[in-house]
Amino acid sequence: MVTKRIIPCLDMTEGKVVKGIQFESFRDAGNPVSLAQVYDEEGADELVFLDITATVDNRSILLDVVEKTAKKVTIPFSVGGGVRGVDEMRDILKAGADKVSVNTGAFVRPELITECAQTFGSQCVVLSLDAKKVGDNRWNVFINGGRTNTGIDAVTWSKQAVELGAGEILLTSIDTDGTKRGFNIELTQKVSKTVSVPVIASGGAGKLSDFSEIFTQGGADAALAASLFHFGELKIKDVKDYLASKNISVRN
Amino acid sequence: MIAILDYKIGNVGSVRNAFDKLNFPSVVTNNPDIIHKADALVLPGVGAAGKGMENLKNGKLIKCLKSQIAKKKPFLGICLGMQLLFETSEEGDTKCLAVLKGQVKKFQKEKKIPQIGWNEVRKQITDNRKQNYRKLFWEIPNKSYFYFVNSYYCNPENKSLVVGETEYGENFASIIAKDNIVATQFHPEKSGSVGMKFLKNWRNLW
Repeated sequence: MVTKRIIPCLDMTEGKVVKGIQFESFRDAGNPVSLAQVYDEEGADELVFLDITATVDNRSILLDVVEKTAKKVTIPFSVGGGVRGVDEMRDILKAGADKVSVNTGAFVRPELITECAQTFGSQCVVLSLDAKKVGDNRWNVFINGGRTNTGIDAVTWSKQAVELGAGEILLTSIDTDGTKRGFNIELTQKVSKTVSVPVIASGGAGKLSDFSEIFTQGGADAALAASLFHFGELKIKDVKDYLASKNISVRN
Repeated sequence: MIAILDYKIGNVGSVRNAFDKLNFPSVVTNNPDIIHKADALVLPGVGAAGKGMENLKNGKLIKCLKSQIAKKKPFLGICLGMQLLFETSEEGDTKCLAVLKGQVKKFQKEKKIPQIGWNEVRKQITDNRKQNYRKLFWEIPNKSYFYFVNSYYCNPENKSLVVGETEYGENFASIIAKDNIVATQFHPEKSGSVGMKFLKNWRNLW
């Protein structure tokens, strides 16, 4: 059986790792390459790099950081931020990433997902989806780093993205992001039930039980956390030992 | 020198990076002369079978690849590079290299496809013929976790080729070996310290 994955996320801007709360008030969390290496050694199952201001700054992702990280780590990592075309995706993969996540670029031009999937395979194409609650049982897709409400239902978009060729969904709840009050179980469960590809839950991890709940109740295939790990509040090993004690299959 | 075949698909860079970490000289190439001179050949690859075959064909690499394998050059196929060794793939009904007999099939039993993540590899070293490949598992405990990304898996006609097996709704061959050929469905280059050991063990086979 494939294990549940624990994924530290490195949100970056201008080559530095930062972490915010609900997509705002960012603070510096260190050097991406050395952090990535530490996480690899500590047993992270995968790494996610997000260049969170690439889209709004209208520039390409930091390829040299990707390249340096790829030389150091021995686990898979995905990279996203500002990707709008197949060529950009190729550059990122060439720099050493294993997957590329698309967000705003894919929402604005959904064919991007199909083009990338046909060229590199669905397994390389992660749909990164930022969702915010807008009503009872309703979450909308927000783009441009969480700044713009698209008016489109998150579950609908995730389903469509998978039909277009996305091989995985990185689902971030803006409402819970950085709050440490737990993942968004309701939303994750809805998306996970709807799509046939793995779902990575993101936003809100604060304590050990949040991780077990997002797997057992939320149906997530992987859980992502940032500040918790960056600021040393929890170690990856703590999370995995806890999950193992709850009979959730993890790689130790 | 290990030649990593560049056929414009997937993450050839990751394989190169892994060999660099192990201090094994390697080169990413599509040049038949370099491939010919290399001590070993790696066929990496993620992505679609059809695209993989098309790129091998367009790069005029099929003949070169097959002749190197036939000449018993140490060979490692990774993921799609394993699948392409077989006769046909259900993925787009693709005709593959047919170096080995068997088909590539799609997972049927699990709900989430592709399989993405870490899964256990159970050693299948039983009969005498497979004893040679015991070395592949040097310092790697049984049921170690390796990193997989696949929707399809290889179903070799000759089951005795299987030296590692994994379960994803159904059991499938995660490592096969025959003569100079070793192939893995997982990505050793992305499987942390265990994956690095596996690559080292492969290097020690030749």
